Parts: sequence; C-alpha cells; structure tokens
Amino acid sequence: MLHKPATNTGTDKAAAKKAKLGVKMFFVYTLVYSGFVLIGLTKPEIMGLELIGGQNIAIIYGFGLIVLAIIMGFVYNYFCTRMENKMNKN
Amino acid sequence: MIYEVSNLAIIIFLFIVGLVLGLSFYFARKTKSSASYYAAGGNIHWAVNGIAFAGDYLSAASFLGICGMIAYSGYDGFLYSIGYLAGWVVALFLVAEPLKKLGKYTFTDALDSKFNSKYIKLTASISTLIVSIFYLIPQMVGAGDLVVPLLGLPHWMGVVIVGSIVIFIVATAGMTSTTYVQFIKGTLLVIFSTILTIYILTNGLSLTPNDNYHKFTQTQALITNDTIVSTTDPAFVVKNTRVVDKLIFVKLEKDGVDCWYKLNKKEDKATLEEMLYIVLTPNGEKLYNGAPKSENKFYQVGHLSKIVVDGKEVDKTGPVGPFEFIKTIEKSEIVRFSKKAFTDGEDKITVWYQNPTKGEDVMKPGLLYKLSKAAGASFWDKLNFLSLMLALFLGTSALPHILIRYYTVPSQRAARKSTIVAIAAIGFFYVLTLYMGLGSMISGALDVESSNMSAPLLAKTFGVGIFSIISAIAFATVLGTVSGLIVASSGAIAHDFIDKYLQVEMTDKAKVKAGKMAAVCVGIFAIILGILFKGMNVSFLVGLAFAVAASANLPAILFLLFWKKTTAKGIAWSIIVGIVSSIGIILFSPTMYDKYGLIPKDAPIPLDNPGIISIPLAVITLIIVSLLTQKENHTKDFSK
Repeated sequence: MLHKPATNTGTDKAAAKKAKLGVKMFFVYTLVYSGFVLIGLTKPEIMGLELIGGQNIAIIYGFGLIVLAIIMGFVYNYFCTRMENKMNKN
Repeated sequence: MIYEVSNLAIIIFLFIVGLVLGLSFYFARKTKSSASYYAAGGNIHWAVNGIAFAGDYLSAASFLGICGMIAYSGYDGFLYSIGYLAGWVVALFLVAEPLKKLGKYTFTDALDSKFNSKYIKLTASISTLIVSIFYLIPQMVGAGDLVVPLLGLPHWMGVVIVGSIVIFIVATAGMTSTTYVQFIKGTLLVIFSTILTIYILTNGLSLTPNDNYHKFTQTQALITNDTIVSTTDPAFVVKNTRVVDKLIFVKLEKDGVDCWYKLNKKEDKATLEEMLYIVLTPNGEKLYNGAPKSENKFYQVGHLSKIVVDGKEVDKTGPVGPFEFIKTIEKSEIVRFSKKAFTDGEDKITVWYQNPTKGEDVMKPGLLYKLSKAAGASFWDKLNFLSLMLALFLGTSALPHILIRYYTVPSQRAARKSTIVAIAAIGFFYVLTLYMGLGSMISGALDVESSNMSAPLLAKTFGVGIFSIISAIAFATVLGTVSGLIVASSGAIAHDFIDKYLQVEMTDKAKVKAGKMAAVCVGIFAIILGILFKGMNVSFLVGLAFAVAASANLPAILFLLFWKKTTAKGIAWSIIVGIVSSIGIILFSPTMYDKYGLIPKDAPIPLDNPGIISIPLAVITLIIVSLLTQKENHTKDFSK
C-alpha cells in the first residue's frame, strides 16, 4: 500500500526546473565550502594571513560561508517563486 | 565548582517551564488524529515553521557545545558553526521540496514512497531511532550540566527533570506543541544571544576579567643537579615531581596541604606556577585545589595576559565593535587552561595548567584539530578534520527530527520558504557563537570541569538576571529539541515499525496512543543515557550523530531523488552499512577508548569522526546492490 503525503500539494509544473536550479546552486556552494576545507587540509597557515580590515582569511572565509548560504537561499527562493508563478499559472 | 543559587534564576526557570507546559495543555486538547500528532495537521505557517526549524536545530550542541568549544579551542569550535550551517544548503537545494512531496509523517514514509518495501520500513525506522538517540544523549547531558549552577541540583537530577517534562509534552500534544515550543524558544535564543553579544562588546577587553578573579601565584624553584630542591618561598616544601608529555608538574606542601604547580623553565629562570587540580584519592574522596568541593577553592578561569591595540600594549580597551573585538583578540595573548591527567601513587591527579596562547593561533584552525606540520599533524589528524567537515555538511538533511518538520507545512513552497527563514536565523546565531565563545574565553567565566557551561557562565559575569534568562532559555532549548527527537523516535516505533512494518491493525486513536507510549519508553531510555554520558562535550557528541545520519540516511535520500536505478534493497542495505560502519568506527575510536577508561592511543581506529569512511561505504553499497537487484525495481514516478 503506497501512502499519500500529509497534505495534497497538487501538481507543480516547475518542479523539474527548480530541481535543476537547486542542483546547480548546491554545486556552487559545495565548491566554495570545499575550498575552505582544502585550505585547512593543505595550507592551514594561509588561514592566519590578514586579508581585509585586520581580519584573517579564516574569519572572512568562515563568516563568508555563513553569509553566502543566506544570500543564496534568498536568490534561490526568488527564482523558484518566479518559475512557480509563471509555469503554474494555468 | 560550587554555584550560588539565586531566587530570580529559579523564578525565571519556573516561568519558562510553566509556559512550555501551558502550551502543551492547550494543544493537547486539539491533538485527536495521527496527522495532528505526527505532523501538526500540516497547517503550520512557513515563518513559524522556519523559526521552529531554528529552535529544533539550535540545540544544546549549538548554544552550549559550540560556545564551549570556542571558549576552550578558539576557531576550531567555530568550524562546527560553519559546518552545521552549510548542511542547510543541502537541505534547501536538494531535499526540502521533494521530501515534502514524498512524505507523510516520517522520514521512512518518504524513503518508502516509491517502493512499499518491508526492508525500507524496517531499516529506516531503526536508523531514525538510532540517529535520534545519538542526538538525544548530548541534549540530556546538556540539561544535566545546566541545572547544576541554575538550580543547585546534581547533574542526574537535571537529566531526570528534562526527561520527565519532555515525556509529558510529547505524550500529551505531539508535533503541534513541539512546534510552538520550538518557535518561542528559537526566537528567545536568538534575541538573548544578541543581547549577550552586545554586553560582551560593550564591556570590551580587560586584563582583569572581574574584581573577584583569582590571582594565580608564582614562586621561584631552586634546582640542583636537575632536581628541584626547594622554592624561594620558605612556606613551600617540595615533595614530588611528575613528567607528563614533556611537561613537569611539581607537588608542593604548604601548611600541611598538598598542592600541584607547573614548572616553567626560561633561560636560567625556573618558575613554579599555580594550577587548578583535582585529586581523586583511593577511598573515592575528591579534593579541589587541596580542599573538599564545599570549601569553594576551585576557581572560574580564562583571561587575557596581553592586550595589543594599534601595536601598543594596554590594560583594557573599553567598548569595541564586532570586527575590532576579533582583531584585538588576534593581536593579543590569551591564557587558556589545558588539561593533563596522571597518577601520583594511588591518587589520580587531573590538572589544568596555564597555557598562554597567541591570539593569532586562537583565531585560526589548529588548537583542537592539528592541521599543520609544525603542530605535528599526522595523516589521521587531517582525515579526522576532513571527516568532521564532511559529516557536518551532509548530516543536517539526514536528521529525522529535522526532516519531519517538512510535513508540518501545507506546501512545497512553504517548505522552501521555511528552510530559508531557518538558514537566516541559524546563520545569524552562529555568527554570535564566535563572540559568546571568545567572550567566555577571556572573561574568567570558564568552569574547567564543564566546557558546556561557558556561555551561561559568561552571562553570569554580567549579572544574575541575564544569567537566569539565558540558562532558562538554554533549558527550554533542550526541552524543545528533545521533544522533537522523541516525536521522531515515537514515529519510527509506532508509525513505521508497528503500523507499517508489522501491519498491526489499529484505529487512528490507537495509533496516537501507540505513539505516546513509544515516546514514554524513548524518554526513559534517554534519561539513562544522559546520566551515563555526563562530562562529554555536547557538540562533539552531536557531531557523531551527524556522522551516523549522513552515513545511514543521506545516500538513501539523495539516490532515491536523483538516481532512477535505485532499488528498495539498495536503500535498505545502504542504511544497514551506513549505521554499522559509522557506529563501529565510533565504538573503536580514541575518544570512546578514553570513555571506557582505556588508553586512547591503543584504539584500533585512530579516527574520532567516522563520516569519511562510512559515507562512501554506504554510497558504494547502494550502487552495487541496486545494480544487482534491477529486476525487482518497481517504482512509481513522483518527479512531477
């Protein structure tokens, strides 16, 4: 017996396009995150170098990853909402 | 450490607990169906759900554990903040919307939606239960740690109080009350952490953390033929020395009391420096700095030994901005208290010695996770770091108590929006953890026996009022997260296992009753584990829960969504291999060897974080088994 979802969410014609966008954005973030991990693994001393305003790379990269996740979330939502409004119109 | 209990703290604590219980009573009347019990009827607003997500996620591990790790290990603790948040990117971009469409009440529902397979029902429900229990342990440990200074009760009593309240919450109202508890708690946590950070910045940095801060003494050692014979202070008598990892600890006697000092040799000068120490005698007596705990001779510690502003040394800075705070710490020097344990005859000695550390080393990775050759990093050290960062990144979207929150909103769009609200709230909070952790490190607020209490004890340095509120919120944090975990666990037992796997025929009312009974059993089990694991850093423990979740659940979710050749047996075997390999590595890891009372270096697997091995193993298993069982692949297409 296959069960149904908790709520009926209807058909979403934009689902495939949104999924593609999600995968692309996931790879962009993964690339930036991997860069942080790779620096830590291979050249950890670089993390201590001062970059801007007296802040070192570890701080700027770390804060940057947090801020980037928030910004990418808003960008993703903007494009997904636009796709949904356009493709599910009828 | 002995803490003075304040009436205000008790009143605020009782108010917060009363609020939580009141909400549960209110929503209990509305919880009649299983849809309401497990998924809050699917009618929660996305903004409320988003903050509730944050409430669920910002558990004891985030507030107590990360702040504590930063307070003791600097930037290495902040790595957890970065990794925990990055995990939400996986949830948002890959998992949120499809999972909302596939699932009903539980994570198992979603995995099984294409197959109707008994293998998946069984393995996914077991996986949910195991991951939830791994996550429950640190929450209960954190609860126990909190009640010690807040209410003056012993650790085990805190665990029992949290367990009992949560069993009541979950057994009465389920997901609806859990959601609103999380919403309120998430909001309060972010607001009061911001206030605490403002306090830290307004206070600035000072060489004297507070008026009551203990002034550590020093005396000169007189050495003849490489042996310490006496000190310049005639009150001290040299009794004994111990060499541990090239550090020399000296036992002195003063006024008939034994005390331990650390020998520091610089050029021709040999100085003996006061430490914190606990002596455990063969008859079980514990002496704190040479006296019973009740004499209160064991101090809170953590201070700056040098503050440098614009190249000049100063005694204090006055109020600083958020970037100036970090910059100043980076240029200054901090005295951390590092731990060593050894034996002296039949006595077991634990010391915390002063370890002056350059600010620049505190503000980059390396104090906890050795990464550079200069620090003596081995292959396994680097693999441990990689493994941790991988598990944190992939673990979030595989946590059952997080995933079930997608079923509480009405649509995929709402699922996406609530994830974004969660990312914004959680991201902001994680930035604050760096300030709260560093603030604890330099404010004379650290209790070396419990890294988990760093943030609440930091709040105490600013006044009993803010300490009481912060501690009560932290307690509510534990209550909320444990509620969510117990809902997920009871769903795995009652809905996935009894109802779907065993196919026991039950009315809707009986299903709710089964869920509540399961909640009571899991709650009691959690209480026992919380008492057994006392003393471990909660963020480290949660890191392990992430590794188990990422190994057991994430390959199954992602391959189900993105690889058409995935089969039911492939998913089931991947879950089994993920669970067995990750838990196996944890059980034979150096940290667990330490917990067993064995020598950590003797552990057969020199890895504390299992993800780097167990996640690829689960993926390979899923691919191989799926390819071998293609003939059994009868799925339903949910892609549209």
